[in-house]
Amino acid sequence: MDGRNRMKLFEKLMSAIFLICAAISVLSLIVITVYVFAKGTPAIFKVGVWSFLSGTSWQPQAGIFGLLPMITASILGTLGAILIGVSIGLFTAIFLSEIAPKRIANIMRPAVELLAGIPSVVYGFFGLMVLVPIIRQYLGGAGNSLLAVIIILAVMILPTVISISETSIRAVPAVIKEGSLALGASHMQTIFKVIIPSARSGIMAAIVLGTGRAIGETMAVILVSGNTALIPHALTDRVRTLTANIALEMGYASGLHQETLFATGVVLFVFIMLLNIVLNVILYSKAGDRA
Amino acid sequence: MSVLSHAAKRRLSDKLLLSLTWFCSFITIAVLVWILSYIVINGITHINWSFLTTIYKPVKGLTGIFPMIISTLMIIGVTVIISTPIGICSAIYLVEYSKPGKLVATIRFATETLAGIPSIIYGLFGFIFFVVALQLKYSILSGALTLSIMVLPTVIRATEEALKSVPDMYREGSLALGASKLTTISRVVLPCAVPGILTALILSIGRIVGETAAVYLTAGYVPNIPSSIMRSGQTLSVHLYTLAKEGISFEQAYATATVLVIIVAILNFIATRVAGKFTKVSTGG
Repeated sequence: MDGRNRMKLFEKLMSAIFLICAAISVLSLIVITVYVFAKGTPAIFKVGVWSFLSGTSWQPQAGIFGLLPMITASILGTLGAILIGVSIGLFTAIFLSEIAPKRIANIMRPAVELLAGIPSVVYGFFGLMVLVPIIRQYLGGAGNSLLAVIIILAVMILPTVISISETSIRAVPAVIKEGSLALGASHMQTIFKVIIPSARSGIMAAIVLGTGRAIGETMAVILVSGNTALIPHALTDRVRTLTANIALEMGYASGLHQETLFATGVVLFVFIMLLNIVLNVILYSKAGDRA
Repeated sequence: MSVLSHAAKRRLSDKLLLSLTWFCSFITIAVLVWILSYIVINGITHINWSFLTTIYKPVKGLTGIFPMIISTLMIIGVTVIISTPIGICSAIYLVEYSKPGKLVATIRFATETLAGIPSIIYGLFGFIFFVVALQLKYSILSGALTLSIMVLPTVIRATEEALKSVPDMYREGSLALGASKLTTISRVVLPCAVPGILTALILSIGRIVGETAAVYLTAGYVPNIPSSIMRSGQTLSVHLYTLAKEGISFEQAYATATVLVIIVAILNFIATRVAGKFTKVSTGG
């Protein structure tokens, strides 16, 4: 009887431990958010919300903190990467799920996984050694440029876009496809007019996750962007993204300067949270479709 | 006549779209092949035994990556020790204990959000929390604690998948034989889920090896062998970043990048193998 009670107590204890471990994620998220915001928001008000977000000059030594060049660079870089990465990625996903012979698909899938596993700094290094000289030679400028950022980010989001789109295309019920084929539509028509629209919420999720990866990428971007804190006027102009702004100056910044880097983090965080909300809305509406 | 041309147009657009999918897939593979071959061809010639086993003291002409290998291994070790038990226990709670409700929704939301936070934000947080507030300074431990939170979503999600794939029959069988819930989990469910959990482990090791931004801001960039986890250390990725960013030596950078690529390729290979076994086990049961 005593042993059984002890056993019961042990079971209760373990289930409490499991719960505590599960709560660590929630706790971590809260602590991260609180710390980054607590350290960053005061600086935004010290500099002034408007002059911080819309200031076009970033000169820490002179006490001028305008984040607009970095916000512009991050948005343009991400948009460009999404434009290229999503088109190539989506067509590749269609190929993998609907067209590729099994033999080819079986070689391609591990390749895409490998693409996802390559460290970001290796992409950056490749961009620095290959992409930057090519841009310098054929398009002029320094080579370190917004264009280099866009291309490197496009490659880096490919695996995310491909694997999630492929999964969602595969999840489209076979009856929908068969129905379309039975009505006389060609395989291509079926794919583009029936299957893709049915898989759209998954594809949207892939795009949003790709956006998150692109806007958050740091080291690869630093190596190819040139890191000049000015608003770009051409694709070949040097740029500095929000992420690069933090990583480049964190090593030596102090005082208000350091706080403004946390404030940069806050702006980035807000972008990511907006993306998360969009993602949740997409996934929620997907659940709505099913019901 | 017009019907025919419509059909011809359709055939043309079909062909066009089809070739576009082939073309885009070709680009994807070509990019991968280009990057890998470029890095490896330029790097492999600079890799030799002394590059892998000597210390890094450029003033004395020593440019080995041994300290970085040790730092990387230490960070991997500490991160895995911290994150794996927490991740597995979280997954057990989510799959075996939780009932749908606000608590589970909150936990799910938290892990999903954590997975979406950029590594530079983890770096900022790790710096202000572990390095400064907890006074752990730039150290392997600060880096590992930061990375532990970062890989937690990966571990939880993969373990959850592994646990979910264990058929309910097994649980019911064990419970019917009089085993308690805890015994069922530890003796029946977990052993079946081992390959899936191993995959989670390998995936997270891959992320730790490849991470730069978060480690740079928390573990620092001292290119020495850390004498303890309280010391700063430079991982392979951070080393590559420094070499490339400061333009110290592109030869060393190529070689370091090659080492990183080889490590990641091996990890990927093992993960696929383990995952392959995993599907065999679960369908065999």
